[in-house]
Amino acid sequence: MQHQTLAEPPVVDTETFLLRLYVAGQTPKCMRAFANLKQICETYLAGRYHIEMVDLLQNPQLARGDQILAVPTLVRRLPEPMKKIIGDLSNTERVLVGLDLRPARRSNT
Amino acid sequence: MTANQELAKSPSGIQGLDEITNGGLPRGRPTLICGGAGSGKTLLAASFLLNGVVQFDEPGILMTFEETGEELASDLASLGYDLGKLVREGKLIVDYVRVERSEIEETGEYDLEGLFVRLEYAVSSIGAKRIVLDTIESLFAGLSNPGILRAELRRLFRWLKDKGLTAVLTGERGESGLTRQGLEEYVSDAVILLDHRVQEQVSTRRLRIVKYRGSHHGTNEYPFLIDREGLSVLPVTSLGLTHPAIEERVSTGVTRLDDMLSGRGYYRGSTVLLSGTAGTGKTSLAAHFVEAACQRGERCLYFLFEESPQQLMRNMRSIGINLQPWVDRGLLQFHADRPSRFGLETHLAAMQRAVRDFQPAVTVADPVTNLLTVGTQNDVRSMLTRVIDYIKSQGITGLFTSLTPGSKELEETDAGISSLMDTWVVLFINEDNRKRRRWLSVLKSRGMAHSNSVREFILTDHGLQVLDAEAAGQTRLGGV
Repeated sequence: MQHQTLAEPPVVDTETFLLRLYVAGQTPKCMRAFANLKQICETYLAGRYHIEMVDLLQNPQLARGDQILAVPTLVRRLPEPMKKIIGDLSNTERVLVGLDLRPARRSNT
Repeated sequence: MTANQELAKSPSGIQGLDEITNGGLPRGRPTLICGGAGSGKTLLAASFLLNGVVQFDEPGILMTFEETGEELASDLASLGYDLGKLVREGKLIVDYVRVERSEIEETGEYDLEGLFVRLEYAVSSIGAKRIVLDTIESLFAGLSNPGILRAELRRLFRWLKDKGLTAVLTGERGESGLTRQGLEEYVSDAVILLDHRVQEQVSTRRLRIVKYRGSHHGTNEYPFLIDREGLSVLPVTSLGLTHPAIEERVSTGVTRLDDMLSGRGYYRGSTVLLSGTAGTGKTSLAAHFVEAACQRGERCLYFLFEESPQQLMRNMRSIGINLQPWVDRGLLQFHADRPSRFGLETHLAAMQRAVRDFQPAVTVADPVTNLLTVGTQNDVRSMLTRVIDYIKSQGITGLFTSLTPGSKELEETDAGISSLMDTWVVLFINEDNRKRRRWLSVLKSRGMAHSNSVREFILTDHGLQVLDAEAAGQTRLGGV
């Protein structure tokens, strides 16, 4: 799994999606979430996305700042406003809704 | 653990609570505090935590799901806790967990490892011993998968126990169970229920220990009080009849009344009832007693349920008793409260707290019958029983005045409370030859030979004076 360090701020323009995926160790759920995310980004955001991985087991102090409870949690940091999607991102439709790439078709199931 | 071995406890530092729990909450285990909105759950939980930090050197974590750190800090500052200072000193961590369903999209499997990471990090960074989760049920509103939540809650409770943390969780009272989400299923060690009732515009807070595994505990509903000094629970039900019987006597402040009580006045640490219709001189007699106590250098606490202290002192000056100097010297303290201001339990709580703080030798409650406006005779009787238990256990002499309604039989109306009293003095007015004359009589006085005569007395500008038995001709009043 590739880790982008937090120390290198990526160069972003307004169109770029800055995404941060919070995981806790390399669990199957987290690996699945990363793979799903990567695929969705390649399909819908090719060339204009940037993914940071944050492993909370290594950086536990970061859980507080972004109000992380569930793992995995995907946070869309840019464009604003901030969005959060929790789970292994296995439902592409809902990920797209969560990232504001699709108009919401809300249902509670 | 053997059956005889008492569970290890973490003292709460909350007045009264440690008494009814025999030492505090179960150490290293979770306790659930439940109650309706505004019942004082957060305050009780936070007091346990902050007292742990301040008094028992046990660092703590306050994880709040409802209020932000700033809101909590200002709530608790009014009770004298400086959260900011404790945080800076590295003894406390306040973590506000925000879960807003509308901001979170859920897709696929997840767990709450993020919450565990936060807790673990907080616990290890200050070496926390106590933790409060207020209220974890908010997670159910914020996340839509109850199956995951329940599994994670089970894991959380196991985790808390494995870490040896003394945890307090709060939960909102549910319609069918103790809490909305059935948190009581997970907490098997101790459950405390809080209740805030308003009856006839009078509010009363109560606390009950529903469950405390492996420990003896009081099973009653205990009144508790929240005021600027924080929270206190009142373990006031009868401590058993183990009051010391003191031989020492204290003057009534009226020499001839002392004479009627085998020459030496009331027993110290006993209870005295002064009853009579309006204007008979009950308060005057009480004021004599107070003055005598202050002259001996003893502290007096005077509860007023009708007049203001100024009014009482002015009236007493007219019969030559000046109480102001004793107030100035700190020997006499007044507590004036309208009975309707709060419920009996709260009055009881306030009285107990005042006694505890002032440590008087003598207390006066004038007139206790005014409490009947906020409770039935039975309620008042039960409350007074507890007041009396408390002051007797402290060796305090308690004097109570009781207003007898003019229309009722004198000895009947006071029957409810008179049995609680060691000495009962009755005052009354009798119209004789178009002149109103005052009389007093000792109806009973346990443990001493007392006069059974009815004696006339007058109120003069230098006090209450009991007249010579011969001069009064009391025989004519034999039938009264």
